[in-house]
Order: sequence, then C-alpha cells, then structure tokens
Amino acid sequence: MKALLRRLDPVPVLLSLPAGLLLGLFLLIPLAATAILSLQAFSLYTGIQSVFNLDNYVEIFSDGYFGEIFLRTARTAALTTVLTILIGAPEAVILMRMKAPWRGIFLLVALGPLLISVVSRTLGWALLFGSTGIINDVLIGLGLIAAPLQFMYTETGVVIALAHVLLPFMIISVMTTLQRLNPLVESASYSLGASGFTTFRRVILPQVLPGIFAGSIIVFAMAASAFATPQIIGGRRLKVVATLVYDEYLFSLNWPLGAALALLLFVIVIIVAVGFNQLAERRFRRLYG
Amino acid sequence: MSSSNGFWSLAFHTLFVIFVMAPIVVVCFMAFTPEGYLSMPTNGVSLRWFEALLNNKEFVGSFRISLALGAASATVAALISIPAAMAIVRYDFPGRTAFLTLCMSPLMVPSIVLGVAFLRFFSQIGMSGTLVGLTISHVILIVPYVLRTIMNSLGSLDSALDHAAASLGSSAWRTFRRVTLPLTLPGILSGWVLAFITSFDEVTMTIFISGPGTTTLPVRLMLYIEDSIDPLVAAVSTVLIVMALVVMLILDRLFGLDRMLIGRSPSDPDR
Amino acid sequence: MTPEDANGHQRSPLVRISGLTKRYGNTTVVDRLKLDVGQGEFVSLLGPSGCGKTTTLQMIGGFVRPDGGKIELAGRDLTSVAASKRGLGIVFQSYALFPHMTAAENVAYGLEVRNVSRSERAEQVKAALDLVGLAPYGDRYPRAMSGGQQQRVALARALVIKPRVLLLDEPLSNLDASLREEMQVELRRIQQTTGTTTILVTHDQTEAMALSDRIVLMRSGQIEQIGAPEHVYDHPDTRFVANFLGKTNLFQGDVGQSKMRLGNLSWATPDATPDGPVTIAVRPEKIALADDGLPAKVSARTFQGGQWLLDLDTPHGPVLMQRQNVGARPPTVGERVCLTWSRDDMHLIREEAAR
Repeated sequence: MKALLRRLDPVPVLLSLPAGLLLGLFLLIPLAATAILSLQAFSLYTGIQSVFNLDNYVEIFSDGYFGEIFLRTARTAALTTVLTILIGAPEAVILMRMKAPWRGIFLLVALGPLLISVVSRTLGWALLFGSTGIINDVLIGLGLIAAPLQFMYTETGVVIALAHVLLPFMIISVMTTLQRLNPLVESASYSLGASGFTTFRRVILPQVLPGIFAGSIIVFAMAASAFATPQIIGGRRLKVVATLVYDEYLFSLNWPLGAALALLLFVIVIIVAVGFNQLAERRFRRLYG
Repeated sequence: MSSSNGFWSLAFHTLFVIFVMAPIVVVCFMAFTPEGYLSMPTNGVSLRWFEALLNNKEFVGSFRISLALGAASATVAALISIPAAMAIVRYDFPGRTAFLTLCMSPLMVPSIVLGVAFLRFFSQIGMSGTLVGLTISHVILIVPYVLRTIMNSLGSLDSALDHAAASLGSSAWRTFRRVTLPLTLPGILSGWVLAFITSFDEVTMTIFISGPGTTTLPVRLMLYIEDSIDPLVAAVSTVLIVMALVVMLILDRLFGLDRMLIGRSPSDPDR
Repeated sequence: MTPEDANGHQRSPLVRISGLTKRYGNTTVVDRLKLDVGQGEFVSLLGPSGCGKTTTLQMIGGFVRPDGGKIELAGRDLTSVAASKRGLGIVFQSYALFPHMTAAENVAYGLEVRNVSRSERAEQVKAALDLVGLAPYGDRYPRAMSGGQQQRVALARALVIKPRVLLLDEPLSNLDASLREEMQVELRRIQQTTGTTTILVTHDQTEAMALSDRIVLMRSGQIEQIGAPEHVYDHPDTRFVANFLGKTNLFQGDVGQSKMRLGNLSWATPDATPDGPVTIAVRPEKIALADDGLPAKVSARTFQGGQWLLDLDTPHGPVLMQRQNVGARPPTVGERVCLTWSRDDMHLIREEAAR
C-alpha cells in the first residue's frame, strides 16, 4: 500500500479532482437522496414522513392506472424506435453516398435539428397537427381522407413528433458504423454480378445492423424518458411516465411517489438498454469476430 | 458506399427533408403572421409578434437568464473538463476508467431523473430556485459533451509534440500553455459552444428546479404552451431556431459539425 | 565495448550507458544494454522493428523510465533527471514541429525557454536556419513546407540549443527515396560542421552505413555487434548481422586439417579455426564468373540499371550474385556457369546459440 502511494503520480489526481468532486457531490449524492426519498411516505397534511418502506413501489405495481401508463410509455418508445429505423437507416445510407457539397449540406439538415430546442421542434408538430392544421389540409386536399384526423393528444401524434426529435441519433449511429466500412465492398458485390436488391440484403444490411442496434438503444431510452414532447402533444389526457412524474411532483406534491416512479423508469430503461446491448454484442461478435 | 443514389433513393431523401424541415419551417412562417391567431402569413408578413415578444418582460427576462446560465455553465464545465481531459488522455492512474465513467454518467441518467434528484437535493440544502443551483445542475448535465470534445481534440495531438517541447527544456506548465492549449483551443471552443446550446435548450430537468425568478426561456415557453398556443410562442421558437442556426455555423467553422457528431469524415481526411 | 572506433582512436566517452533494461510486463524490450559514445561521434542504433532501439532512445531522451541500469552524460547520472533538464537535442520521426508556430518560432522556442534575449534569439535562429539552408523560410508555417523542409526545421530547432548530444529518431523515414539520399549527405555535413555527438535510430541499413562512425546492431533488446560500418559489413559476427546488413550468401561447409571445404572446393584456413561444420558467408558482389569453380545454373536474371542480379542454383543451395553493368553480356536463364571468389571475401560465421 505504501509502495503504491509512493508510486502514485499526484498530477492526474489533482487534475481530475475538480470534476470528480463536483460530480461526486452534486450527482451521486442527489441520486442517492432520491432513492431514499422513494422509500418514504407522504401525506397531504404532514408532508414527507420519516418512515421507510416499499409502499410506493407496491402501489405502483398493484394499481392498474400506473401499469397502463408504463405500458403506454413502452409502446410509444418502441414505435418511435421502429419509425426512426425506417426513416433513419435508409437516409444514413443515402447521405453516405452523397458527393462533396451535398453531403455536407444535407448532414446539416439531418443533424442540425439536434441544436434546436425540443420545445420549438415539438411546437412545430403541434402547429402541423392542429385540427385545422396543415397536415389535415394536405391530406384532405390530396383526397386521401375525408374528415380531419386527430393527431393531438394521441399516441400517433406523440410517436411522430418523438421520432422527429430523436431521428438524428439514429442517423448518427448508423453513419458512424458505415464510416468504418470498406467502401469497396459494395462495388465488389456488384462486380460479382449481384443485383441491387441482393447487394442491399446480403452486403449493406448486415453491415448496417450493428449501427441500427446501437441507435435503437439510444432512441428507445430517450423516447421512454422523454418529457417535453409527450407533455405538449399528449397533454394531461395522454400521460406517459415522465409527465406523470411531473404531475406527482408539481401538482399532487407527492414527491416520494414521484421519486419512486422516476427511479423505476430509470431502472427499466437501464435494464432494457444493457439487455439489448448484450444481445447485440453476442450477435455481432459472432458475425464479425 | 461508393455507388450513387438512384431515383427511389432521391425520392425517399426528398420526403425525408420535408419531414425534417416541415415543423421547423412552419413555426418560422407562423411567427410572421399579421393575424392575432396562429395562421400561415398568407395576407402579408408582419413583425408584430416579434415586437410583442420584445415588450414581454417575462420572456425577455427569461432570455437573459438562459444566456447567463448557458455562458456560466459552459465556462465552468470547460474549466473543469480541461484538466479532467488531460488526466484521462495523458495519464494512466488507478481509477481512471471509473473517473471517466463518472464524468460520462450524466448522459446515462434521464433528464427527468436528474430533475427530481436536484429538486430534492437543492431544497434540502436551501438552494432551490437559485441561479447557483441551476448552474451546478447544468454543469453536470453538459460536462460529458465538453469533456468528450476536448478529449477528442487532445487525443488527436501528436504525443511527440510534448516530448519535443520537453527536450527543448520546456516545463510541463509552459508546454501546456504554449503548445497544448493553443492546439486544443478549437476543440475547447467547440465544446463550449455545444455546451452552451445544450444548456440554453434544456427544459426537462430545468422545469423542476427553476424558481419564479430563474425561469429559463425554454421553461417559460413550455409553461406558456401548456396554457395556450399563440403566435407569440412561434416568435420565441423562431428566435431559438435562429440561435441554433448560428451555433451550427460556428461549430461547422471551428470543428466540422459532421466530424464532431459522427467522427472523421472520409471525404475530408485532412480536417 | 570500449569507445575505440575502427581506426583505433581512443575517445573519452561522453555518453556512457550501462546495464540499461526496460521491461513491459513479461517482455524485456531492452536487456542490460551497454554502450559508450565518444565526443563528436556519430553512432547508429540499427535493427528491425521491435529490437528495442527506439525504447533505448526514449530512455536516453527521458520519456521512458528504465527498469534498471544507468545513463551517464559527461560523468553525470541522467537516469532520474527530467527530460526537460537533460539538454539533449531530439529530432522526432514525425518531426513534431509545433503547427501553430512559424519555422523561426519553432526554432526560437528552446531559446525562449532558456530566457535568451530577443536580439540574441533572432541572431541564433537566423544562424540555425542558415545552417540547414532554410534562411528564407523563417516565416512559413510547417503545413506550408515540404517534408524535407520540415525535417530541416526540426534539425535546426534541436541544434540551436547547442545540445551535448543530438538524438535522431528515424529522421528520414518519412521522406521519399531521392530526398532521403540528399538529406543523408546534408545530415552528415551538418553533423560534421557542428561536431555534435549524435545517436541515430534507424531500421534502414543503408542510412546507418552512410552516416555513422559506428553501427550498433540490435536484436531482441541486446547488442548483436558494434563496429565501423565497413567492418561490420565485411566481418559480420553472426548470421543475423550478415543477413540484416545487405544481402549475403550462406554456405554450410566444414573445417578440417587446416582446410575449409565446400564440396570439392577447398581453401586454407587461419590457424585458430577449430575443426567441424561452419557457415561461410560470401557477399553477392564478391562473386565472379570463371571457367572453373562452383558449378551453377542461372534461374533468374534481373536488370537493375547499374547492375545485374543473378539468381543461381548450385549443389550448395541457391546463390545470389551481382554483376556490374559494364557492357558485357550476362549469362541468360538456364545457362550453366562456374562461380568463384577470393579467399579474403569469405567470412566464417560463428553459430549462435538458439535464443
């Protein structure tokens, strides 16, 4: 131990001290405090009480109201993920194929929205979705539907807006994978006489799959814990876990229950992400050694 | 991918661009409506809603708070991330991986969880609703972005540069000041700008911890939208979109946005 | 090894390395290395990649901490002295020019660190750039210079601080072939002008032979042979040295009754040679065609401009020979010839223990 201390270079320790202290103090302690809070009881008259038990969690698991909201959250997150794959993966391939000036321009178009506030982007969808909104005007004008469709306060609306918000993450993930590929592999496939479809199915798709997997994990995790978009599009009528937590904290003032809901969401998202990650690693290690 | 895009690819791409741009363009258009309600500016263009925005003390105040908060938290995050990145990139020390994981962990925790955690913690230590509390929470949120950008920048430096400076008699501090820092500056600035915009746009965590006197612009916008949607929010959003555009151009100039987000671009190996 | 070069000059060692050892995990990269370098001498550490030459240079430079042994400079132990306090000039393989400084600013950096006055600095920078032939390029940034020019800036930057020893780490490996030869001449001229003691690390045997007073051949962290280039080339101690320095033909022969025999050919041996099997080395350029000698058949013929390369099959294995292109028609493929060489061009190689 003494030998270890003597050999320990103090420089990197000093360099990492400010960030380490700040994060240790202001990230780990609040998270731990929240975990403790979730075990406490709450009453409207006496506030938070110093009893520690699992009642909040029992309530969440036994009350169908919460179950329904968790299921809805999972459903919207899953559908959002599928939608981002359907749009993002082909677009990533298309972007990679573009030539010098176009690729730069459309990369900004595809990824730039990341820098725009989620609230503004979702507001755009709220404007498009409104019952007299542009989408319905266009659809009716094209003769595709007769009466306006309802997007606001529906899962469809939330999924479309969330997919728009999270699409850049899928594109980034797929493009990162594509970047590591040998660009000549595709040409090699054509030179061997394969058709465009065969080349896509046998050569491009398997190579893009790891990127899609990684992107899906990110998109699912972010969709499941998204707050602003479901709050604006779904409103009070269509709650997901994040908006429910918000209501518990700021309207019902039941912080312990809100804390339990938030932590449960966190744990579920982590389990799903880690599970999928391991599945992906096992699958792709076999493929690519 | 060497082959070029065919007709169906370009058709798909067109639909994609429409999908991505539609909500953004709609917001910007509607901000210029001369009417008192949300509509496309078909009867001429008006700046009345931007004027209304300028006269709205609450929104202007929130804009100032967001600017100050973004600048303060990005600066603090950069100041603690520079030494942290030096430690991680340049040294091997016990606990290095754990330290890196700790610094990157805010990316893993959903913002809503961070929000409730900070709400509880700050109210316990009497810091709820203060600008200091907000700044600390934003620093934690953006450290991963700044740290990663600076680490990339440091990692791409030739380690022989340090050895060269040392062989010429330069002390470690002098080498840092005269060689490492100037060469990492574009990375540090990019990290700062990225952190600034991330902090400026943050709403999910901030809505829990901002107080009446410290309501940031996105939070104010969110609360306003919960009540009613009128052209004023479109005008606020347009301002946010224009800011994003400016940031995008700065980042592209400084560092290459594509390189920053997806790594080195193969068409442009020297950048 | 004593600091005595091939000409027998006795030099007082400026650098004295003894027992130098570096281990990474279970691998010993440099193994009890012992080397003395005299004042003004140009010594090359030569060997294949992984032989420990670069690690040795990095230990001398102070960037890698040795696990054992000593490095002394003019009698002073450097082992625990920081790199920035050693006062050595180093030219790195990547040049490591500061990209945000002009050529002149790069050269001035070491003087600035030493608090040399501004006017004095300008003068010395100008002299250093003059020495490397870059006087008009002081205001250029490295990225606006060619590889050869960057190389010269790096050299000027290392020399301007008047180092006791100049360390060169594969300095020419990033240049193309013609520029490399030009820089070899240039390096040698500059080293002789300044008289700076120089240690060069390289994997390129022509570079080592062209530049150095002495070559240190390294293999697996140990020294295989030290000596003047022409001595090491003509008298390789081991099979490894014979193969690494230029091309060579190795024959399995044997010694007995003061005769060295290869098939039915025989030569007189020096007295002390013990009887038994031996390996005989003959350089390709020492072999001649004759009416009588080792019978051979040409299997391939390659024209190289100034010379022909002939691959031949003989009863004692394949043989490579060089023939100057002096106009005479070389034998064609399939032709049968006889090979001969002089007794003095044969060299006996000691069989090494398996490592």
